[in-house]
Amino acid sequence: MATLTPHKKACTVNPLKMSAPIGAALAYLGVDRAMPVLHGSQGCTAFGLVVYVRHFKETIPLQTTAMNEVSTILGGLENIEQAVDNIYKRAKPALLGLASTGLTETKGDDVAGYLKLMRDKHPEWEGMEVVYASTPDYVGSLETGWAAAVAAMVERLADPSSERLPTQVNILANCHLTPGDIEEIRDIVESFNLQPIILPDLSGSLDGHIPETFVPHTLGGTKVEEIRAMGRSCHTLVIGESMGGAAEALKAKTGVDYTLFDRLTGLEASDAFIQRLMDLTGHPATRKLKKQRSQLQDAMLDGHFYFGGVKAAIGAEPDLLYALGSFLTEMGAEIEAAVTTVESPVLEKLIAKELLVGDLEDLEQRAAHCGLLVTHSHGRQAAERLGIPFHRAGIPLFDRLGAAHQVTVGYRGTKELVFELGNLLWSNAHEPHPDDWRLDHENTQTIARH
Amino acid sequence: MSALKDKVASVMEEPACAKNQGKDGKERKKGCGKALTPGAAAGGCAFDGAKISLQPITDVAHLVHGPIACEGNSWDNRNTPSSGPSLFRTGFTTDMGELDVIYGGEKKLFRAIREVIEKYDPPAVFVYQTCVPAMIGDDIEAVCKAAREKFGKPVIPVNIPGFVGSKNLGAKLAGEALLDYVIGTVEPETTTPYDIAVIAEYNVAGDFWAVKPLLDALGIRVLANISGDARYNDIACAHRARAAMMVCSKAMINVARKLEERYAIPYFEGSFYGISDTSEALRQIAKLLVNKGAPEELLVRTEALIAREEARVWAQIEPYRVALKGKKVLLFTGGVKSWSVVSALQEAGMEVVGTSMRKSTQEDRERVIEIMGTDAHMFDELPPREMYRMLKASEADIMLSGPRSQFVALKAKTPWLDVNQERHHAYAGYAGFVTLVQEIHKSISNPVWEQVKRPAPWERDGKDEGIRMKDEENRPQDAAPHPSSLILHP
Repeated sequence: MATLTPHKKACTVNPLKMSAPIGAALAYLGVDRAMPVLHGSQGCTAFGLVVYVRHFKETIPLQTTAMNEVSTILGGLENIEQAVDNIYKRAKPALLGLASTGLTETKGDDVAGYLKLMRDKHPEWEGMEVVYASTPDYVGSLETGWAAAVAAMVERLADPSSERLPTQVNILANCHLTPGDIEEIRDIVESFNLQPIILPDLSGSLDGHIPETFVPHTLGGTKVEEIRAMGRSCHTLVIGESMGGAAEALKAKTGVDYTLFDRLTGLEASDAFIQRLMDLTGHPATRKLKKQRSQLQDAMLDGHFYFGGVKAAIGAEPDLLYALGSFLTEMGAEIEAAVTTVESPVLEKLIAKELLVGDLEDLEQRAAHCGLLVTHSHGRQAAERLGIPFHRAGIPLFDRLGAAHQVTVGYRGTKELVFELGNLLWSNAHEPHPDDWRLDHENTQTIARH
Repeated sequence: MSALKDKVASVMEEPACAKNQGKDGKERKKGCGKALTPGAAAGGCAFDGAKISLQPITDVAHLVHGPIACEGNSWDNRNTPSSGPSLFRTGFTTDMGELDVIYGGEKKLFRAIREVIEKYDPPAVFVYQTCVPAMIGDDIEAVCKAAREKFGKPVIPVNIPGFVGSKNLGAKLAGEALLDYVIGTVEPETTTPYDIAVIAEYNVAGDFWAVKPLLDALGIRVLANISGDARYNDIACAHRARAAMMVCSKAMINVARKLEERYAIPYFEGSFYGISDTSEALRQIAKLLVNKGAPEELLVRTEALIAREEARVWAQIEPYRVALKGKKVLLFTGGVKSWSVVSALQEAGMEVVGTSMRKSTQEDRERVIEIMGTDAHMFDELPPREMYRMLKASEADIMLSGPRSQFVALKAKTPWLDVNQERHHAYAGYAGFVTLVQEIHKSISNPVWEQVKRPAPWERDGKDEGIRMKDEENRPQDAAPHPSSLILHP
């Protein structure tokens, strides 16, 4: 079990971390007919927009309250009101998801209070939900910002109910699940005759579908009515430690109990998920799932040769680091260095030689003698300098196609990951060379003398 | 903050700015930063603009003082390649935490500068101010001064917190930092009558490398390119240039004017996009150098080079002209490209059905009218919805724009080409123009458009049973509303 070393440097070099507000924005993007808005300077939004356009290769609806020096000092009430009103008039989204930034948190805007005042003043906004999450840039990371926005959505929207629909379950998804992962989870859950309400659901909005018309907000994702209906579900399945807070918030509001899965990558982790679904429903696993499990076992047997003894260096947010790190360990690799963005209890369970909060400079220094580097696309410079196999995982993935469709959850997703990483390691495997077995110079001389 | 305020005001009043030339003193003082509409704004902040303008200086460390957002969300995201050092692609930031916001970030910034110098030993460190430290009163100018004295190395404050204004303002303020702290601090080892400075050319996708061989062929030396593929030392020597070319007129006009004012370096505004603009730029450079004492034969050599290269480029694009003749192009960029690319496209036989005038000056507008013979095709705003409609209705055969509108075009199943910062091809100079024509041709003639427009098997009878309908059918009767009504289950 690794002990987490906190970040010590004054200068972060080659950041691994991205900021909480854009994490919140991404969570809102998983809601149907949503418009995320960052309460900050226009730049906060512009940078976030570019990140997601390049990652998903989609148009991203994301707006700003366009704060300037003066409005920041005087307070953002007026700008928020104008922003919400303009968006209402232009786009009429079902959900307007607001997130603060470092700028407006430093000033100390009471956004929740502002919103209350505005609601009274603008009865016409009825029909448009406004949700607010506090996400100062100087606290947490993309992962925590996403979680905060999901907690804010269930707190505001989920209706308490005494009714329990026996076939309806909630799924709270963490930020590392791709649209492809969400689809996979939905398929698995539906195979137990359950109807899942997944929040957020990027598989509806950012899966790359081609819409018939252009709309200024998201098209697809969790519907606001579905979030309201979460209080009537029989259970909540929570994916990722980072979603614990949101799960608690949902439970506090609606009384719906939950089970938290710290990861869905790997045979053991997938088994735990299937087991829970079997227990919940009393249904057996389908023939398809059984077949997939068998295929995964076979993939692990075929693949383990390439993973065994490989030293890996991983840089990722806590939930993703834990999922990928545990998977690699289970395949026989050793985690030489694990670098993460913020502290998280899930990492206490990670097996790694070294675990620290840090940046990609820290990762690069520790990866020099490793046989595998895993991090997001910004690891490309380090991988090039070190000349070691590089697997891209996390956000952003801006220099590869299909970031939205990488699947690494469940039996099938884990099998895909075994193949992808196994092939990467295989193609970089050492080929024999006559000099490989040469005795070293000193030894040869010693023998000659005798 | 008051020094920053004065700086912003002085940049806003820039007399060489074409927009300001139409205003009286009072109006100029009001500044030209259009008030942004909350909830309906697009574009980057002043910090973004400054970073874009200076980041291409390849051998210095660019250190961003602020919380993780400003650098963490944006680093190494521009394709402005270097022929040597790669330090500029390293992201440096103080990654301010909650305690730094409470206690102030100056000491952390100083320690960060020390760490950067000890580990990477760059010729200079550029320190960028952002909103949060500006709000809490961190004085980066004082910290940079202390660091300069302590480490004996240029440590340059770039005081552009995002909330002071737009990207464009940030570019100008970045120029001011160069004027205040860099330009004129080093003397070049040698000078020649053929030394020029190029301003606001960022070597996007290697653009400048497509132009430099032309200057090399004429014996013209680029003493300083501000700032594509630049070295710190080159920019520090920029004051010894004999003439300057201002490439992107709005971005750093203040630098051009002040180089003229302080060091008597004449400048002109030009573009390297398209055949005639490239030729015109070469002529202007030669003319200014000759005016400043270079031998007159330079003019003759320049004309000879232009004649040779123009003939070559026309020959190279000839095979494409037939295929591209009359093809309709929608151009969605702005500024100098609103006209320079228009003339380039017309040279290749295409028809421009619309050009966006965002970020453009009155002069830019006049150029468009001059080139197109009408103002009918200029538009200020083109909402994505209308853009999508135009493309879907095949009112254009291809759209040229930046990545923000890329997916509007692609979703409308219309060819699209990146002409902004994130592109992968150099389009400047004669060679770049050939590439542009080839890329447009490659895009328009790709069979993929025909493929993706084919109706689905369930659409062939004319009844659209799209994805949505299919999903409704599959839905179990007693189920709650399905979270993803757009997904077709296999």
